[in-house]
Formats: sequence, structure tokens, C-alpha cells
Amino acid sequence: MTQSAPLIALAGNPNSGKSALFNALTGARQKIANYPGVTVERKSGHFAFADGRPAELVDLPGSYSLDPTSPDEEVTRNVITGLQQGERKPDAIIIVLDAANLDNHLRFALEVIALGQPVVVALNMMDLAERDGLTLDPAKLSEALGVPVVPTVAVRRRGLEELSAALENRLLQKDSAPQPVVSKTRDHGLRKQAKLIANQVIISETAGRRWSERADSLFLHPFAGPLILFAILFVMFQAVFAWSEAPIGLIESASEWVAGTVESNMAPGFLRDFIIEGAIAGVGSVVVFLPQILILFLFILLLEASGYMTRAAFIMDRMMASVGLSGRSFIPLLSSFACAIPGIMATRSISDPGDRLTTILVAPLMTCSARLPVYAIIIGAFIPPTVVGPGIGLQGLVLFGLYVFGIVGAMIVALVLRSTVTKGPNSGFLMEMPKYQLPRMKDVLIGLWQRAWIFMRRAGTIIFAATVVLWLLLTFPKVPEDSGMSQVDYSVAGRIANVITPAVEPIGFNRDIALALIPAMAAREVAVAALATTYAIDAPDEEAEAKSLTERLQSRWSLPTALAFLAWFVFAPQCISTIAVTKRETNGWKWPMFMLAYLFALAYVAAGITYWSAVALGL
Amino acid sequence: MSIATTLDQLSLKQNAEIVAIDWAAISESEGRRLRALGIDEGIAVEKLHKGMFGLNDPIALKVGRMMIAVRKSHAQAISVALIPVTIPA
Repeated sequence: MTQSAPLIALAGNPNSGKSALFNALTGARQKIANYPGVTVERKSGHFAFADGRPAELVDLPGSYSLDPTSPDEEVTRNVITGLQQGERKPDAIIIVLDAANLDNHLRFALEVIALGQPVVVALNMMDLAERDGLTLDPAKLSEALGVPVVPTVAVRRRGLEELSAALENRLLQKDSAPQPVVSKTRDHGLRKQAKLIANQVIISETAGRRWSERADSLFLHPFAGPLILFAILFVMFQAVFAWSEAPIGLIESASEWVAGTVESNMAPGFLRDFIIEGAIAGVGSVVVFLPQILILFLFILLLEASGYMTRAAFIMDRMMASVGLSGRSFIPLLSSFACAIPGIMATRSISDPGDRLTTILVAPLMTCSARLPVYAIIIGAFIPPTVVGPGIGLQGLVLFGLYVFGIVGAMIVALVLRSTVTKGPNSGFLMEMPKYQLPRMKDVLIGLWQRAWIFMRRAGTIIFAATVVLWLLLTFPKVPEDSGMSQVDYSVAGRIANVITPAVEPIGFNRDIALALIPAMAAREVAVAALATTYAIDAPDEEAEAKSLTERLQSRWSLPTALAFLAWFVFAPQCISTIAVTKRETNGWKWPMFMLAYLFALAYVAAGITYWSAVALGL
Repeated sequence: MSIATTLDQLSLKQNAEIVAIDWAAISESEGRRLRALGIDEGIAVEKLHKGMFGLNDPIALKVGRMMIAVRKSHAQAISVALIPVTIPA
């Protein structure tokens, strides 16, 4: 034990308060990585025993059984048995039990104890059990299991010192540890044994407050339930767009200020251009996503921590099942309306691998906020503001149609994928719905910080690199001063556009569009700025830019071309960061490449059909 | 406990005991997951909620102290017998 700190694994059922205990023991300094070869998160941290000796703590994915039914459970089994690649065998295991749910949770505990490794049981959420009217005898449980049992309330930091002391004891007398009294039995036997022990440990049981059940008679009401769900979602989306406006403005003016400062303090030249147009613009384009992502994740984490998320999945399951997905896919897909990146990151809560992959692949079809600037400028320029009904304008109708187009597209694609490339047994949506809980701010903030950090580090580096590369493509080679050509036309990007143009002409696109599509790979909304650059618009502010861009577009594009352009953006995977996140979440290049190919193919076909239909209709 | 039915047909708030599960109708890993969540022969269950618009797909079951969501396809494979309501002393 001198060469390295002992490794302690935290194991338990989902909803046993395991992560809260992990947070309480390790604090906010946690390391998150993936186990090699799988997209299962490895969360680790450090804590110290009473005498200051350090130990490494690893939070294993919540499991119902050592007989795995999901990639998460497989990792838990492998770590505990010492078979997990990239992880040493833990020196001791803390099994976390929900005190109010003993008969169900003891089953997994019995399985782990039967392996004979040093084990300490944390009888967690004792306060909630008491509130439910349960009186438990931890000493009886310890006697029945043959391992130390420590009552804890992780969220109030109660029992942590006792837990650490019990753990230390267990590690010291590793070799002379008393053999646990549990025998190796499977399934039926285990359950009966669990029930038997639970009956011994529960001293008395009175009808406690059943407020969680009462809340469900409202939240899961066949008619009121869906209405409440949509009200919550409405508030969430309202917040994502309304609350993010101010911080986004701040970030934009901050990066303008930095660029301005550099500009006035550096000699003109390549380096200055690189710093301003490449580096600062690159960092800015990453950070500008953060406010929306943070707000969205704040809501998702609150919904998860309170227990409502599983209710939302329950309500939406029937609908999602009709396209081969499950209720679990609902929130990730919904998040993708703000941005596909947090949506794809949120698919981690889907335990079925086929469901998860399908959800990731269709997430970019949800109309994200980056498409709005593109839609707005094209609709504004080409769709007349006629009123088609009471309070319904044609422009709004077209925008709505584009959203519906994306959703219907996603449903069809999900159906097709589920019966072809992601075919496989469906896990059938068996899901525990935990009791409602007041979310603890500290745990939510730790979660929020972790997601933000993952986004900044993973997506950030790639968005940044892509922005710089695109800038280089647009800047070099430098146009000779007397040639009369624009820099964009002369650049590598301009030459690439020449190559692409013949390929996109059949779907009604001209060379200007081909050129705008290249920088728009960084993010869709860049297409607007790129078109402005192409049409050599030098406007003092955004409003004037939009106005003159509208005029140029009207004079240079036909209506069928504009409609085809809209259809293209419903499907086209014009977002390198989404591809990057997909690569990370699927652990390889296979699926992001597949995503890129199928979305471009769909975009091409959709734009082509739109163009030729519009031409045929004489629009 | 004489009236037998399947879990999807059970009415709300009705206590019942699982008497048989047609394991052949459920894939092996789903079967394991059912048992891991505590759903097995001889277990007492109560149907707490129906899905959206009152459809029996999915349904929410009370198993021990847990609430579990189960789809109709599984519920149909689970036979239950009603337990007469007893007034607690």
C-alpha cells in the first residue's frame, strides 16, 4: 500500500444516492474520462482517511445486477471482478443502499458481497426512510450480511467519518477479514434472501407521508400529465433563448473588444490577422455557445435530480415507441432544438445501445438555434409577409414548416435506422421511477461544471481548430493586388467552390452558395456572414448588413433556389462540432462519418426535389 | 385470489400477485432485467398509473417500494391473480 493509494469503488443500484455520496466524499475535484473502448464514464476523485492518508475513489455506474444487461452494468461487473481494462482491481468496495428500498437494493448487494472482496455497506438516505415511516436496525443488517454497515445521509454529510473509519478498518485487516455469510445463489434465491434480510432489518413500518405518490397522481395523470410536461418544456425553451441573450451579447462584445485591442496594439500583418480573425474569432465562436448549453443543462440536471425526468420519459414513451425509440430519447431530442451538442451529450442516460445510437444519429435533424439566422434571412428575402389566416402569416408558416420537416424527417430516419443499421433487440423500456427529491444545488452545480468543461475541452478544441483552418482556406493564397479578383474568389476556399459548383448546380445552387457552404461547416449561421462577404457587403452593423444582403439575394437568386437552400439546411450536417461530439460519444469515426454521409445525401435530395418541384410549379 | 388476468389488463390501484411469466415471450436479457428490477413470479404488484391518454402502454407498477415502468409487450406476458383488499388492523 506504499506504492499507490488504495482504490475504493463505489457501487450500488441506480437512485441509491451513490453520486451524492461520491460528491460528499470527494468534493468538486473529480476526474471524468471514458473507460477504454466503451462510452461509459469513469468518474474518479480523491479523499483522505482521518489520518490524512489518501485514497482514490471511483464511482461505478449504477447497476441492478452483476449479470449485465447494459454497457454500464458490464463495466461495473468488470471493475468489481478486476477484469476491466485500464482499471486495477479495487482494494475495497462501498455498496450504497437506499435505506427506504432495502428489499430491492439488497439483491445487488448480496451478489457483490458473495464475491468475497472487502466490502463496507453505506445504508444511505436514512432520513428519507424515516420520513417514509421506516425504522431500521443497521446492526441487524451488518449481522445478516457479515460486513460492516454504516448509516449515512450523503446530502447532509452525515455518517461520512464513520464510513471512512469502517473502510480503513476493513483495508487494514484485509487478509483476516471475516468471511461474509452470504452464499452464491442466483436470481430467485437472491431475491428471497434479500426479502428475508429486509424483513429482519425493518423494525417497524408505519404509513409515512406518501407525498411522492400523491405528486404522481398529478404529474402522471393521463391528461394533466402531458399538459404539465409541455408547460415545463415551454418554460425551459423560453429560458434557453431569453436568458442567454444578455450573456451572448456580453461574450460578443468582449471578443470584439479583445480583437479591437489587439488591432490597435499590433503591427498589421499575417500574425495580427491570424490572432484576430483566426484565434479570437475561433475562441469566440466556441464560448458563444456556452450560455445556451449551460441553461439547457441546468434544466436537464434539475429535472434529472428531482426525479421528474423519468416521468417525462414515461409520458412520451408510447409516442417514441412508434418510431422504434423509447421515452428515454425524448429529452435528448428535445434539447437538440436548442443545440445538437448538449442533446447528443444527454443521450448517455439511454441504457439501450441501439436506442442511444439512433437518437444520436437523428439529433441533428431537430431544428437547432444556429439554423434560425439562416432561415430568417432567406424567408425575409423571398417569402412575402402575406397573411394566410387569422393571425397566421406566410413567413411564420414557412418557418413552422421547416421545423415540422425536420421532425418528420427524424422520425422516418429513426424508423429506417432501427430496422437496418441499428437493428437489434430493444430493451423494452423497463425503468425505475425514483421518488421525487428536492435537487441539491451543490450536486447540480458540480454536474453543470462537468458538462461545461467537457464541452469546452472536446467540442471547443475542434471548433477552434476548424475555425482557424477555414480562416486559412479563405485567406490564402493572397490575391495579387492588380488582378481585380476578390480575396475570397482567389483563396483555396474559392477554388474548392469552383469544384463543388457543378455538383450543386443540379439542385439549383449557384457558385455563391457553394462558396458560402464551405465556411458554414464551422456553424450554420456562418453562412449568413459568408454570403455577406461573397457579395462584398461592407455594412456598419448587422441590421444594415441584413438589409443590403436581402436586396442582393433578391436580385441574384430565384425563388426555387432560395427554397432549395432552405431545404438543404433542414438536413445538411453543417456543424463540425456536432460531428466531433458524435465521434466522442460513439467512440470512433464510423458513426460520425455515417451521419455526415446520410445527412448530406438527404440534404441533396431534399434540396433537389424542392428546386425542381418549385421550377415545375412555375414559382 | 381467484380471478386471473395479465398485467396490462389489471385495473388501477388493484393489488395482485404475479403467478406466471411467459419467459419465452421475453428476450433473455429483458428477462434478466425484469428480475433485476424485482419483477418475478410470486411478487406482489400494484398498478399505479397508465400512460398518456389512459393507454395501457406503458404502465407504472409498484413493486416493493419501487415504481417501475413496463411496456405493454412485457405486461402481456405477465399473468397475475387478484389479491382481495384487506383492511389493515
